[in-house]
Amino acid sequence: MTIQEALFNYCLRLGDNSLILSQRLSEWTSHGPFLEEDLALTNIALDMLGQSKSLLDYAGKVEGAGRMEDDLAYFRTEREFYNTLLVEQPNGDYAKTIVRQFLMDAFDLYFYQELTKSKDATLAAIAAKSVKEITYHLRHSSSWVERFGDGTEESHERVQNGLNELWRYTGELFEMNEVDALLIKEGIAVDLTTIQPKWEKTVREVIARSTLKLPEQSFMQSGSRKAVHTEHLGFILAEMQHLARMHPNAKW
Amino acid sequence: MSKTLDTKEVWDILKEIPDPEIPVISIIDLGVVRNVELNGTNAIVTITPTYSGCPAMKQMEDDIVKLLKQKGFESVEVITTYTPAWTTDWLNNEAKERLKQYGIAPPEHSTSDKSILLGKEKKVTCPRCGSIHTQLVSQFGSTACKALYQCKDCLEPFDYFKCI
Repeated sequence: MTIQEALFNYCLRLGDNSLILSQRLSEWTSHGPFLEEDLALTNIALDMLGQSKSLLDYAGKVEGAGRMEDDLAYFRTEREFYNTLLVEQPNGDYAKTIVRQFLMDAFDLYFYQELTKSKDATLAAIAAKSVKEITYHLRHSSSWVERFGDGTEESHERVQNGLNELWRYTGELFEMNEVDALLIKEGIAVDLTTIQPKWEKTVREVIARSTLKLPEQSFMQSGSRKAVHTEHLGFILAEMQHLARMHPNAKW
Repeated sequence: MSKTLDTKEVWDILKEIPDPEIPVISIIDLGVVRNVELNGTNAIVTITPTYSGCPAMKQMEDDIVKLLKQKGFESVEVITTYTPAWTTDWLNNEAKERLKQYGIAPPEHSTSDKSILLGKEKKVTCPRCGSIHTQLVSQFGSTACKALYQCKDCLEPFDYFKCI
């Protein structure tokens, strides 16, 4: 694997995370529990879509085959997506959506803070921009985990269920392969072993404050680094890519 | 072009372009225009997005191209940069005053004040009655750059241009 190939894959991994989670969040648009939360999730989805646009645009440039961000978003198949399994999980109820967001926001904040030090100037710039936005996302999601956890019996149960269901997808966030190894050596990628303790500390603190329990299960799902996904991704892509594939090169 | 415009004149001309979402301030006031480079009848304008997903960027780009072509430039290129990342510190005082008159509370503090990261809430002044008895309703408002507040005295809900 060349550095160029590794960097292309790395950009897809990051860009796909933002793209798929943005798509999931936008499912809530006009269905939010109340107006302010509807706006909040729509805003967060928009930020993530913007981040993914920058990352996939850069991926296309690194690849050098003339593919633009739209080509990468709309004309790749499931086995060519590298987003982590966590972001493709269904929204469930609002508590589950919030837990998924919280687990990812906490990861993204520490990840992008570290990526600002990357020797790749474009990734460092995108990271610096993203950190500002993710800071607000994490404040939003962590405060809702706390409100639900420390709220009524029902909200507590729902957020705990969401956490139990999603926990098995968190191990994968910190998996590294030859892409990471190659790019860490070049000073481009983030060493995920440095992120894990920070992420765990924040997650443990918020969960404790929310009177929730950290799931005990130790089995962790894995696959996305090899573009192997849960059954949900295919359905997301079918919906997201349908229009572009029906009318390729359409303009408005 | 009847006479060759210099860089300073182009900066002045760009003040005519309003922010598509908050028309009381210009794209210059907002700080999204970062550089103007002229080469005879060619202009290269560098802009930076306020937020990664700001949907108004394309509109601003189109407006810049249209206006400078009207002013006689033959080719106008708009480049997007992400460094340095946009900050509310770049809003000038005049723009803050106009935001306030428009009913949007301007950013209260410099982003060098890090207490926002620690989750401490800021006292935001109501743009209508001037009261500081206001409360945060939602971190996210009608556009990416705003949060939603409500005044506890005059009871009006209002947008706050949040610090980033």
